[in-house]
Amino acid sequence: MSKSNLTRRGLLKTSAIAGGGLMLPTYLRAAAHAGFTNAPQGDTVTLGFNVPQTGPYADEGSDELLAQQLAVEHLNGEGDGGCLNTFTSKALKGNGILGKKVTFVTGDTQTKSDAARASAKSMIEKDGAIMINGGSSSGVAVAVQGLCQEAGVIFMAGLTHANDTTGKDKKANGFRHFFNAYMSGAALAPVLANEMGTDRRAYHLTADYNWGWTQEESIVASTEALGWETVNTVKTPLASTDFSSYITPVLNSGADVLVLNHYGGNMVNSLSNAIQFDLLNKQVNGKDFKIVVPLYSELMAAGAGENIKGVLGSMNYNWQLENEGSKQFVKSFGEKYGKPPSNSAQTCYAQVLLYADACERAGTFNPCGVVEALEGFEFDGLGNGKTLYRAEDHQCFKDVLVVRGAQNPTSAYDTLEIVEITPVEQVTYAPNHPMFGGDEATLGECNPGA
Amino acid sequence: MLGLTKKDFNLLLIVVALALLAPFILNPFPSSSGMAQFNAGYPDLMQKFVIFGIFAIGFNILFGLTGYLSFGHAAFLGVGSYSCVWMFKLLGYNVLPGILLSVLTSGIFAYLIGIVSLRRSGIYFSILTLAFAQMSFALAYSVLSNPKFNLTNGETGLQVYADDPQIFHSASAPDLPHLFGLSMRATEKLQIGGWEFQFNAGYYLCAIIMIVMFYLSIRIFRSPFGMMLRAIKSNNTRMNYTGLNARPYTLAAFVISGMYAGLAGGLLSAMDPLAGAERMQWTASGEVVLMTILGGAGTLIGPVLGSGLIKYFENIFSKINSTVLHNWFSFLPDGLEDLMVTLIYPFVGKGWHLTLGVMFMLIVIFLPGGLVEGGQRIKRLFTRKKASDTAEDETAKSTTPAE
Repeated sequence: MSKSNLTRRGLLKTSAIAGGGLMLPTYLRAAAHAGFTNAPQGDTVTLGFNVPQTGPYADEGSDELLAQQLAVEHLNGEGDGGCLNTFTSKALKGNGILGKKVTFVTGDTQTKSDAARASAKSMIEKDGAIMINGGSSSGVAVAVQGLCQEAGVIFMAGLTHANDTTGKDKKANGFRHFFNAYMSGAALAPVLANEMGTDRRAYHLTADYNWGWTQEESIVASTEALGWETVNTVKTPLASTDFSSYITPVLNSGADVLVLNHYGGNMVNSLSNAIQFDLLNKQVNGKDFKIVVPLYSELMAAGAGENIKGVLGSMNYNWQLENEGSKQFVKSFGEKYGKPPSNSAQTCYAQVLLYADACERAGTFNPCGVVEALEGFEFDGLGNGKTLYRAEDHQCFKDVLVVRGAQNPTSAYDTLEIVEITPVEQVTYAPNHPMFGGDEATLGECNPGA
Repeated sequence: MLGLTKKDFNLLLIVVALALLAPFILNPFPSSSGMAQFNAGYPDLMQKFVIFGIFAIGFNILFGLTGYLSFGHAAFLGVGSYSCVWMFKLLGYNVLPGILLSVLTSGIFAYLIGIVSLRRSGIYFSILTLAFAQMSFALAYSVLSNPKFNLTNGETGLQVYADDPQIFHSASAPDLPHLFGLSMRATEKLQIGGWEFQFNAGYYLCAIIMIVMFYLSIRIFRSPFGMMLRAIKSNNTRMNYTGLNARPYTLAAFVISGMYAGLAGGLLSAMDPLAGAERMQWTASGEVVLMTILGGAGTLIGPVLGSGLIKYFENIFSKINSTVLHNWFSFLPDGLEDLMVTLIYPFVGKGWHLTLGVMFMLIVIFLPGGLVEGGQRIKRLFTRKKASDTAEDETAKSTTPAE
């Protein structure tokens, strides 16, 4: 009854062709082995921009992508050159990287480690990307960093704030320009002491995953060093959208400061709940009740709207910074896209430029050369002021901003005002700090891949 | 041959050919051409094709045969992944122990969940499995990853660190998952003219396992046991009235399909040694349901096709950005170019879900039998056989027990 077109002759033919095909490679194989993965062929070099385009951090991702496209334009000598004009290293000439025109591919991380790795792998295996940049979550950053280390390409992290990225999980091929939870704590502490005194009682609500824990650990450590007391630390499930049941116990706990170790939508919701309970107008222990959000972003500020007024937090960068690099970047970004850049946009822009510059200075795309060029590199003019890429853990050290929700914003974009620029000395820590994996965490060897 | 009817054997041959020649089939365009965007023949995606193929084949044994719609299969995938990475951490990078353990643990896990969930059928069963899967996800995401007892490493994902014991790890073995020294990442590149074909060791391991699993699933479909499962699907109440206790059969099917899922999870980790909790999320469970329905539930090859289609969309369409679109339409006058890009852009890049959704709707509405039905219709068109004939032919085939 069954019909089949499979004849013996057909089978023989097919296998002969397949066999012939399999034998061809012996002399057709390209000997283009330059000693490292995806050595650029021809006159272009491909960068991979792996950002969340769907999911909870999609807004941040799209902002990152805009900044990355801007960076590629500037590298190729189009547009106004942006921060190439203010960057202290003058190796980049606006003719691409090492004379090769920069092209890029994009992918969607979906804010999931798996999807992010799949997308990064396809960039490396299919598109020949030599560097991966972007991302908006620490889980994703650590996952992709591990992949890049194994595959032998450079990873320039985007927005990732957990200590682990350049701590416990640091890798030789990975670099982070963004600041981290420890720095947030160290920068916030003196401002908190100034504004709220040294005998406060803090209550923590923490997103229940790695980033939340490292953040909580860092803030608890630095506030207790001030003399504050930690009343309680409560973990909240990441998927929660209503935090009312977590806010009620705060009122009865005798705490007079609420620390929200939340990010993105979580933070918008928990802060709104706290405001609904009128916490900010309460008096506890004879003091005004205060709320602190250690990690701020413009997009969160926009989401929380009115609620954010007067609430303190920290940031990696804010477009209102008045240094040359920042002004130049805001001008280029604003002229192209009609809005000021966000925190995450700036870090990705800077990372792309830093990578390109390192290649130029190293004179090669070989990851090991790039690692060498970036380690211990000091620079300025990318918007954050004077910055050092520390060799021991590939973390950037620069001033950290303490910001406050603006009382009277004049536009949709100045919802945050800068309270203090914490100098870099105050947020520097030893590479083997216990919060960063101690002595056990090592970078390992740089891996150039094939 | 191999205890299969001629027709089934031919189907197996087709799957074998597709799997082994995938690097050629999936790379139809020269790598320098603009169409290279649509090439899918790179190791990561090919691995995903066959691994999710295994996942869907297993799911189909439960859903396609017994009609029990499990919304929690991703939990087994996740358990498999974690088990495999734990073997890497404890024993070393050889993939065999990891894969074996992942099948074993997911089998036990499926047994436990099955005992409880299978007390109900229909929508209640689906909800129960969904609840279990979400519980597993929550456990993996936060409860089991606190600093005191870190089983899953939470959001970061479980991975191998330099200070893990890895007791069988020798200095000569690669520092990556390998099979007795053959690295899963080893890729042989073959260049013929403008084409580049990649032959990846990991892919071929997965492909061979997939073929074996496919064979196993044919045997299950055609066995008296498979017959029993079909009976449960068509009328469970009548089965009960005849004095047959159906639950051991459904439980067996549930455990088998859970083990398939665990195997897929183990292979995912073996190809890429990191296990994240989101593999257990309900969206992942939903995905396998979509794969199976898209390809054709209850058919042998349907789930494999469905999983391939979804993974293709996820990985290829999501990478088409506006720059790529502008390149495609650059031959058009400026205004028209922008118009075309604006029209197409919502459906590619981050809009790939939309395209997939539209496609899913079209298939469910016009081809309720999935891609397999589509294929049959095309075949019928060409063989000019009367439609009713083939339909009878099909039913006659599928209801004949093997022995």
